[in-house]
Amino acid sequence: MAGKIIIDAERCKGCGLCVAVCPKNSIIISKTSNKNGYFPAEKNDNECTGCAMCAIVCPEAIIEVLQDDSGKVEITIEPGQDRNPKQIEEKT
Amino acid sequence: MKTVFKRTPTYKDVPTHYCPGCGHGIAHRLVAETIDELDIRDRTIGIAPVGCAVLEYDYIDVDMIEVAHGRAPAVATGMKRTNPDKIIFSYQGDGDLASIGAGEILHAGHRGEHITVIFINNAVYGMTGGQMAPTTMLNQVTATTPRGRTPAEQGYPLQVSELLAVLPGTIYIERCALSGPAGVRKTKKAIRHAFELQLNGAEGMSLVEVLSPCPTYWRMSPTVAMKWIEEEMIKVFPLGRLKG
Amino acid sequence: MSTAVNTMKKKNAAQKYQAPTKTDTRILMCGNEALAEAAIIAGCDAYFGYPITPQNEVTAYMSRRMPEEGRVFVQSESELAAINMVFGASATGKRTMTSSSSPGVSLMQEGISYLAGAELPAVIVNVMRGGPGLGNIAPSQADYFQATRGGGHGDYRTIVLGPSSVQELANCMQLAFELADQYQMPVIVLADGILGQMMEPIVLEKRPGRKLPPKDWALTGAKGRPQNIVRSLWLAEGALEQLNYKLRTRYEQIQKNEVLCEQYEVDDADIVVVAYGVAARIVRGAVTKAREEGIKVGWIRPVTLWPFPAEQISKAADEFRIFLTVELSMGQMVEDVKLAVAGKSPVVFYGRPGGGVPTVDEILDKIRQLTTKHST
Repeated sequence: MAGKIIIDAERCKGCGLCVAVCPKNSIIISKTSNKNGYFPAEKNDNECTGCAMCAIVCPEAIIEVLQDDSGKVEITIEPGQDRNPKQIEEKT
Repeated sequence: MKTVFKRTPTYKDVPTHYCPGCGHGIAHRLVAETIDELDIRDRTIGIAPVGCAVLEYDYIDVDMIEVAHGRAPAVATGMKRTNPDKIIFSYQGDGDLASIGAGEILHAGHRGEHITVIFINNAVYGMTGGQMAPTTMLNQVTATTPRGRTPAEQGYPLQVSELLAVLPGTIYIERCALSGPAGVRKTKKAIRHAFELQLNGAEGMSLVEVLSPCPTYWRMSPTVAMKWIEEEMIKVFPLGRLKG
Repeated sequence: MSTAVNTMKKKNAAQKYQAPTKTDTRILMCGNEALAEAAIIAGCDAYFGYPITPQNEVTAYMSRRMPEEGRVFVQSESELAAINMVFGASATGKRTMTSSSSPGVSLMQEGISYLAGAELPAVIVNVMRGGPGLGNIAPSQADYFQATRGGGHGDYRTIVLGPSSVQELANCMQLAFELADQYQMPVIVLADGILGQMMEPIVLEKRPGRKLPPKDWALTGAKGRPQNIVRSLWLAEGALEQLNYKLRTRYEQIQKNEVLCEQYEVDDADIVVVAYGVAARIVRGAVTKAREEGIKVGWIRPVTLWPFPAEQISKAADEFRIFLTVELSMGQMVEDVKLAVAGKSPVVFYGRPGGGVPTVDEILDKIRQLTTKHST
């Protein structure tokens, strides 16, 4: 099952709960801050199954989760992205 | 792709003033989702406490009232008795409900007012700067227990759910924890049940005690705070349905 | 069950209460019950109260009558809870009231401040007793400051009515609810232990009332409209200041339009006695006797204590007169009299505190003293 999440980076406060609960380690903390000075969560290139664990714990309710059961796995890779979420947990 | 999780309309789409990782954001969302799922937005009246959630009316889009510290159960009594067809809920923190409002919640429960109470227990007074709450844990350091809470000086943490379950007028008491996705899901079920009881005309008070993280005044990151609930808080505040 | 309980049950059944029917014939009622029945006639939807002497007849009467009329009665766990139940019911647009006596009204001050700040209508009856502290259960007028100066925290006023007969106390209830609804604020009816307990023949009837604005601010469930919020917290810069100016404008309107005051034989008077409530009843007796003795004395009886009839008193002070203020206290309204007189004439005080009640002769003596002191 393929999934996709949309995170509103400007409303994110960088609490890191979504990062911690994602079973696929698909969410990381950005190295760039948003307008409020928080370092928001963002997706990395790992798989998303649309399980919505992240959205369930998000205190700001700013994660939208989509699912597609066509069997196609959607991966988005952006160059320069940090792919090691374990480092991030120590930082927060 | 179809949306499987989206923000519910009654949770207003505005930035909140809550700290990163605060449990209020999650709890507000669960209440809003419940109101939308039960389709009761146009007959629900909510009561905002004094505490971090004092501006709750800016976030939950139903008729709301802001009341004096601790008095919510008495205000709810006045509202429900004169408007039995409306859904009245109060949302209170541990200072509001268990300290200054201890008399009011006890008597609303004792009389069995047909109301729903969401009790957010984060073991500390957030809004005023992290002072001790009745539910602060032993040895917990707060602004007014700089050496940690001790039984001799401040007594033991107060177990509100157990206290209220004794009263015949309370018909549903459950304690849950915002300690991760599973805990959040269980909390949602409990909150929904508490609202459904009132919707179905149940004759008594429902209360859901929600163990909630306060990363700022526990001096922990949000993820560590949730762990602390799971590992430490539930030793003193056991989860589960105490009544109903 | 014991036989004693069975006997009591039978006895109560035999004495089933007959509520007074609304007629123009007079019925004998005590003040506490009269104010309660008058409130019901005026459309009070909900009564919340806690027992305290000397107004226990109100809670008992309401507990019997309100359910008969399909209205709400709750004996709250404290006065603190009662005023907050009033707060809740009022916020949903209902006509609601509570009653108490001095120490209980002290507990209500927080709630009254919140009612004022949240712009909610409510009626609070204070059947005053001796104080301070637990005091006694004798009558008093020592809560004048508490009632007219706000009482709770913050810059607000409550309308204060000071009836001086059981009929007037009953009439005050409809007026109080209407003023509360019209101006969206708490209204205090200031009675006292004598007024609450004494029995007088009265007429109970609903009178044509004033036209009142709709309560579209009320919390009734946000059906087909945006949410209504009832609040008194205004954190944004300047917002609370604006609320205070708004209240001030409203209070000025009330001061202009709602003053109620009686005057008697002031025009040729050398001495003017100022008194309200039960004190005014005693003063009337003293003034009548003094006139019989040839003393030129009149009296002014404020009925609204806030807004205070400062203009009437000021006008009376334009001629040199002695203003004798009589109260069942150490002197509270006398300060408002002094302010109104503004130094144009002397103001003196006579009173009995702590539950003491002046007699007609005491006041008559005081009036006599004033004539000898200032005779020309």
